Amino acid sequence: MNIITDNSELFLTGFKNTGILFIISGFFALILGTIVAGMRVSPAPAMRAAGTFYVNAVRNTPLTLILAFFALGYPRLGLPSVSFMNAAIVGLSLYTATYVCEAIRSGINTVSVGQSEAARAIGLPFMKTLSLVVLPQAFRSVVPPLFSVFIALLKNTTVAAGFSVLEAGAIRAYLSERGEPMLPGLLWVALIFVVVVLGIMTPLQRYLEKKWRVAR
Amino acid sequence: MTGCGGDTAGGGSSDGGNGGDAPFEVAKDVALTGSPTFDKIKSSGAIRIGVKEDQPGLGYLDAATGERSGFDIEIATWMAAKLGVAKDKIEFKAIPSANRETALANGDVDLYVGTYSITDKRKKLVDFAGPYFITGQGLLVQKSNETIKSEKDLAGKKVCSATGSTPIQNIRENFPKATPVEFDIYSKCVDALKSGSVDAVTTDQAILLGFASQDPDNLKVVGEPFTVEKYGIGLPKGDTALRTFLNETLTDGNATWTKIYDSTLGKSGTKVEQPKVDQY
Repeated sequence: MNIITDNSELFLTGFKNTGILFIISGFFALILGTIVAGMRVSPAPAMRAAGTFYVNAVRNTPLTLILAFFALGYPRLGLPSVSFMNAAIVGLSLYTATYVCEAIRSGINTVSVGQSEAARAIGLPFMKTLSLVVLPQAFRSVVPPLFSVFIALLKNTTVAAGFSVLEAGAIRAYLSERGEPMLPGLLWVALIFVVVVLGIMTPLQRYLEKKWRVAR
Repeated sequence: MTGCGGDTAGGGSSDGGNGGDAPFEVAKDVALTGSPTFDKIKSSGAIRIGVKEDQPGLGYLDAATGERSGFDIEIATWMAAKLGVAKDKIEFKAIPSANRETALANGDVDLYVGTYSITDKRKKLVDFAGPYFITGQGLLVQKSNETIKSEKDLAGKKVCSATGSTPIQNIRENFPKATPVEFDIYSKCVDALKSGSVDAVTTDQAILLGFASQDPDNLKVVGEPFTVEKYGIGLPKGDTALRTFLNETLTDGNATWTKIYDSTLGKSGTKVEQPKVDQY
């Protein structure tokens, strides 16, 4: 317990930045993932091709590589400079959006064809069919996989510690230089992650699953 | 590499200087009792020493030749020789800063010689022989940089060091106007400095001098050290017999120390006195 009280400032800053990374990247990943999922089911071949290319190119590329590009490679291109925090947010969002897209697309596939046929029959254009009819139904069925994606994102934020963002993943290095024993320090960091996942993410998932449950 | 120095240290960058195969005389029948670490070394006939491998001039591994070089490596080789272990029986292990205490406590390495600063908190986890070198936090900038002359000029500048390292914690606490940038290893910081995405690299001046000497056309060290770091030889906690032995070796070996310094860090011509050991 001493470790956490003696270094409370470090833990607070660390987890505050982890929270910022998670919430902002999660927000952008959800938006971008939904848009790309829409592109991949759209009637326009160019949109489908672009969405498919993005997902297949980025998905499962090591996250370290993506963050290294934005933190170390991008500044050399001579473009406007971004802070390391923003670079990490961009990298995490682009990476996570591919998984969000695929989860939502699998949800779209569970919505029976009759739904979109009926929407078209009453004259709704594609965008409205998607946003008013298909996506609301699709989201319900993808709550569990989406939460897996977001829990993965929460833990993935620690990779940013290697690219100049002082977040939870960097706490260990700080503690070690301050001469604190490493194992208790690491255990505290792990414990806080477990508490966040079990205490916030899991109940939220259960709540949404219940709220949006459909009788089949 | 430089070859312009005198003939005292042999001038060669590899171990051609002191007759090649035996730079340090390997001690026989070492009288050291009551040291569990030494007993282990003696029974296996080999020693495992934790080092750094990305710090030119101190502890550096040439990826092309597999050759290790630097002041710390030489100190380690010297200590091993005094413990009766020849150079070819030394197993060097690269251990990053954050894992040093664990590696010593778990017995992954017998000694650690790699820019390891002696601090009171670390003394609770490991023991230190030495110090064998004293340096302090310095600044490395691009050669063309005229705005940063000392630590007083850091306001509004991006200053890079290793994640969580003592120098970056110092920057965060005492230089709030500077922007800290952290990468896991120093070479990434130096890379960022060369590409212009950071304004200065900060860590122990000895390490910075090594980087500057690798690329003197583009990099320079500015100012005077503004902290005090004492490098010690890390060893497992409680092994007082070994610590005393190493301290005596350092104290008695002033001539050897000077020779090692002149052939590594002192190549640029700087003269430094060996610090007095602290047998706490």
